[in-house]
Amino acid sequence: MTRAATVAEIRDGVRSGAVSALDVCRAAIARIDSVDKSLNAFNTVTAELALERAAQIDGNRSAFSTAPLAGVPVAVKDNICTAGVRTTASSRILEQFVPPYNATVVERLHAAGAVFVGKTNCDEFAMGSSTENSAFGPTRNPWALDRIPGGSSGGSAVAVAAGMAPFSLGSDTGGSIRQPAAMCGIVGVKPTYGRVSRYGLLAFGSSLDQIGPFARSARDAAIALGVIAGVDRADATSAARPPDDYEAALTGDIRGLRIGVPSRMLDSGVDPDISRALSAALDTLRARGASVVDIELPHAKYAISVYYLVATAEASSNLARYDGARYGLRTADTDLGAMYAKTRARGFGAEVKRRIMLGTYVLSAGYYDAYYLKAQQVRTLILRDYDNAFTTVDVVAMPTSPIPPFRIGERVSDPLQMYLADIFTVSANLAGLPAISVPCGLTSGRLPIGLQLTGRPFDESTLLRIADAYERDTEWWKQQPPIAS
Amino acid sequence: MPGEFSKAQVEAVAALANLELEPAEIELFARQLGDVLAHAEELKHIDTTGVSPTAYGVAQPSVDRPDEVRPSLAIADVLANAPDAVQAPRDGGFFKVPRVIG
Repeated sequence: MTRAATVAEIRDGVRSGAVSALDVCRAAIARIDSVDKSLNAFNTVTAELALERAAQIDGNRSAFSTAPLAGVPVAVKDNICTAGVRTTASSRILEQFVPPYNATVVERLHAAGAVFVGKTNCDEFAMGSSTENSAFGPTRNPWALDRIPGGSSGGSAVAVAAGMAPFSLGSDTGGSIRQPAAMCGIVGVKPTYGRVSRYGLLAFGSSLDQIGPFARSARDAAIALGVIAGVDRADATSAARPPDDYEAALTGDIRGLRIGVPSRMLDSGVDPDISRALSAALDTLRARGASVVDIELPHAKYAISVYYLVATAEASSNLARYDGARYGLRTADTDLGAMYAKTRARGFGAEVKRRIMLGTYVLSAGYYDAYYLKAQQVRTLILRDYDNAFTTVDVVAMPTSPIPPFRIGERVSDPLQMYLADIFTVSANLAGLPAISVPCGLTSGRLPIGLQLTGRPFDESTLLRIADAYERDTEWWKQQPPIAS
Repeated sequence: MPGEFSKAQVEAVAALANLELEPAEIELFARQLGDVLAHAEELKHIDTTGVSPTAYGVAQPSVDRPDEVRPSLAIADVLANAPDAVQAPRDGGFFKVPRVIG
């Protein structure tokens, strides 16, 4: 297969009339038809709606002459509401749920001229790091079909990595965009808390969740972020501060930028191939004029404990709404209490139950101070570590994941081991900071490796600028998985 | 506190969470939740005297909006997702649930 077109190429071609949105859409659907049987990235493919929309764009080209995503196909994680299109969160409890409204990000993409090709598979309610916790079966990594694509937004990452869509949306509560981006060899952005509206995102951890883009390059991610970012009156946590012009920030010039590396934290537990790739990436950035300095994040090592207390507490509260009363699955019980308990027992999978249980426990009388309050206090210390670091550096660099994608089924029986692998991603969510993962190598077994950069609040521009500059000097982002060739 | 998470505790938490668990799940969760909480014990060794808790990493100022009537979702569309509901065009209709009061 020749290299798939980028977001920028499709947009420019459709705007000028050189490319037909319908042809682009047909190619995306054909690609899904040919490879998704073996990947399982999509829960729902909206081929008819997509073709209709593409034809509409071609037929009314003048209305889309400045549209930032004119005719660009997009795949959306199945925990983001799409009016009239089933939105399941990969859960039995929402298997038949058809939202009566669009998420704000979906409205914005539509207005920008994007063409929705389908809803992507994920860990149930975004709870997981492997996309194995889906009621509709695991998604497979296009680089090695017996391996996980990362998670929880594994389907969105695979849709882009395998050429089924030039960009996609995911959600990131503890790494769910960055980690699958790293494991599939593409770019993923977790914006600052408040940068993108969450209206219409099925809530998991409300103080942590952010929606963000996946794309094959920093430039394509910048274009997508520019469309979805901005204040929304339907989400009180969305920030009034106007978004930057992210594409204009991609100057290639990173001279004088200071990159902090928490080396002590990376001393142990990181796969040797990943350590080597990080060092090489830092050398590349240094050669472009950035400086690399050692920093300390003394409390970052506690981030897993803090995260799994805070996120599960919020989840136990958010998921109380799935009770069979107003939407979704309901068992046939005639007693209300039994109906609630049995509906939830049958509708939720094991990982969701586990997290609801943990969250309910840490919020329950007698344990609140010892676990939840303590976790929130340590969250303050993690935040202060980053504040201190950003007085001397512009971004913090780490591997996105300490391990390459593992085999499907290999870790399902040990949740704690699964959680511990989120060590480098969860602290950005706890601190509300923006972060990006960009491809920076392949392991000796030809599995993708991601470089993670974390920035100051609302400084997505600097992250994208560094990622784009890095791409100018490297070929990793152009590597394609075997299934694409 | 590995091992201290008893089956009775799991059952009590499940009741609070409105979850009916199978016996095998109770046993499994007792062990797995015990493991996670044992790991979280590391937080107890951190001195947090006088440290205020953080609820949101990036705090947004409180926002106000004018208290004005705006269109909401159409009630018929919302009820269409309900497992059991009565559509009533005149007064909007309602969700139906099993009997609450004996």
